Amino acid sequence: MSLAGERPLLRVRGLTCWYGPQVGCLDVGFDLWPGEVLGVVGESGSGKTTVLGCVSGRVVPTAGTVEFTTREGDLVDVLRLSEAERRRLARTDWGVVHQNPRDGLRMGVTAGANVGERLMAVGARHYGTIRTAALDWLAQVEIDADRIDDLPETFSGGMQQRLQIARNLVTRPRLVFMDEPTGGLDVSVQARLLDLLRTLVADLGLSAIIVTHDLAVTRLLAHRLLVMRRGQVVESGLTDQVLDDPQHPYTQLLVSSVLQP
Amino acid sequence: MSDYNFAFLDEQTKRMIRRAILKAVAIPGYQVPFGSREMPLSYGWGTGGVQVTASVIGPGDVLKVIDQGADDTTNAVSIRQFFTRTTGVQTTTRTDEATLIQTRHRIPETPLAAGQIVVFQVPIPEPLRWLEPRETETRTMHALEEYGAMWVRLYEDITRHGHVETAYDYPVVVNARYLMRPSPIPKFDNPKLDRCPALLLFGAGREKRIYAVPPHTRVRSLDFEDHPFTVETWDRPCALCGARGVFLDEIIVDDKGGRLFVCSDTDYCGRRRQAGGDLA
Repeated sequence: MSLAGERPLLRVRGLTCWYGPQVGCLDVGFDLWPGEVLGVVGESGSGKTTVLGCVSGRVVPTAGTVEFTTREGDLVDVLRLSEAERRRLARTDWGVVHQNPRDGLRMGVTAGANVGERLMAVGARHYGTIRTAALDWLAQVEIDADRIDDLPETFSGGMQQRLQIARNLVTRPRLVFMDEPTGGLDVSVQARLLDLLRTLVADLGLSAIIVTHDLAVTRLLAHRLLVMRRGQVVESGLTDQVLDDPQHPYTQLLVSSVLQP
Repeated sequence: MSDYNFAFLDEQTKRMIRRAILKAVAIPGYQVPFGSREMPLSYGWGTGGVQVTASVIGPGDVLKVIDQGADDTTNAVSIRQFFTRTTGVQTTTRTDEATLIQTRHRIPETPLAAGQIVVFQVPIPEPLRWLEPRETETRTMHALEEYGAMWVRLYEDITRHGHVETAYDYPVVVNARYLMRPSPIPKFDNPKLDRCPALLLFGAGREKRIYAVPPHTRVRSLDFEDHPFTVETWDRPCALCGARGVFLDEIIVDDKGGRLFVCSDTDYCGRRRQAGGDLA
């Protein structure tokens, strides 16, 4: 990563979002560096998803700036981009992994078409090439090649989630937003998915923002952590530091409420 | 029929529709919204086409109306009658004599000429409709030229059937910009759209959209580099006039599996037979 050490990939300052009288998030700020994985944790309704939505340009915040360093090295304000530029960024440089794979997949078309869609969206017009790329990515997310022509509906939950990841990574994004990527999966499938994510993030040098309420997920994947409560960041720091030595009373509560088998 | 204005529609409505047509011609393939009127025929029978025809027809025009290539089917007969009664213009079945052709789902086999206008009846104008149900979203997709999803559909066809299954209403890109539904013409007719010397107007009455392909505009059917666009072929000629390389309809002639393949364009077939076309 040539950009490392020069400029953060993403710089968020004073991000505030009100839903009428309800607070979405309040004065959230952080830097995300190339190759870094940032975890955002907190209870339901703490503003995690709002932050993710604002940063990826899907929710318009009330105030604040979100600056992104593009592939070309330009610093752009995500919130001031034209819709055309934002959508181009969203299908090239960014990926979004939804909690429910049905939100992120086209359920009516085959796995191959799901993986190939982004390629076709950026101009791939050779069927053979698209198919080869799809096969390659299915292999990377450990889906058998002979499932390429099956509908996602016939896949298990874990496979659907892996397919969603392949579909996002096929255009080699530099930043992936994940909203509860392991939610709704059973524990062994979760573990496998986490393992896969960790490998992919390391191999591809991806940066990612992972929103989750599962501290174990962040322990495995995230380098740094933001702890949110009622729309505000109450604590931030290196993951191990925050989890092993929580300073804020809320973080202490959060860490102590994890069940130890 | 003196109780009605010339060509049924009032002049203000025609003016509004003509403005929509002018805009459509200025932006080839772009769907222009217009204030579609209720017409004395039901939706799905060509209300859009009838309104476009009524707006561009003049006393000097010679009108031809076809339905699936035929001049003598219900839809064609009733629309021709409608315009005969409301305008008194001359009608014809000959493609080369007509100045204005309203068509449902075919382009005549006789090559179109400069100066002719062809009006297509369109049921669903939006090519992205079955991929994206939201109108706001499809408009954005057109504005930003985001047509990747359409290729996903072609990809699916090739994956499932080995070739692109879509045989009619095959999507095209007009003037290297707008994705367009050519109305449900067979894909056999798609190449006729490309650089056509006639003006092609498309009217969708229920969906309230008008779009156009001006003369000599490039129209490309979507395909993949390794799965190029192809049209239907038949291994036999027309059973009546012996024509090859034309669009044939299959007709069941008895209950023992007997069938006949004949030209879908009745005018073309009839004139070939009149001229003593070989029955080989």
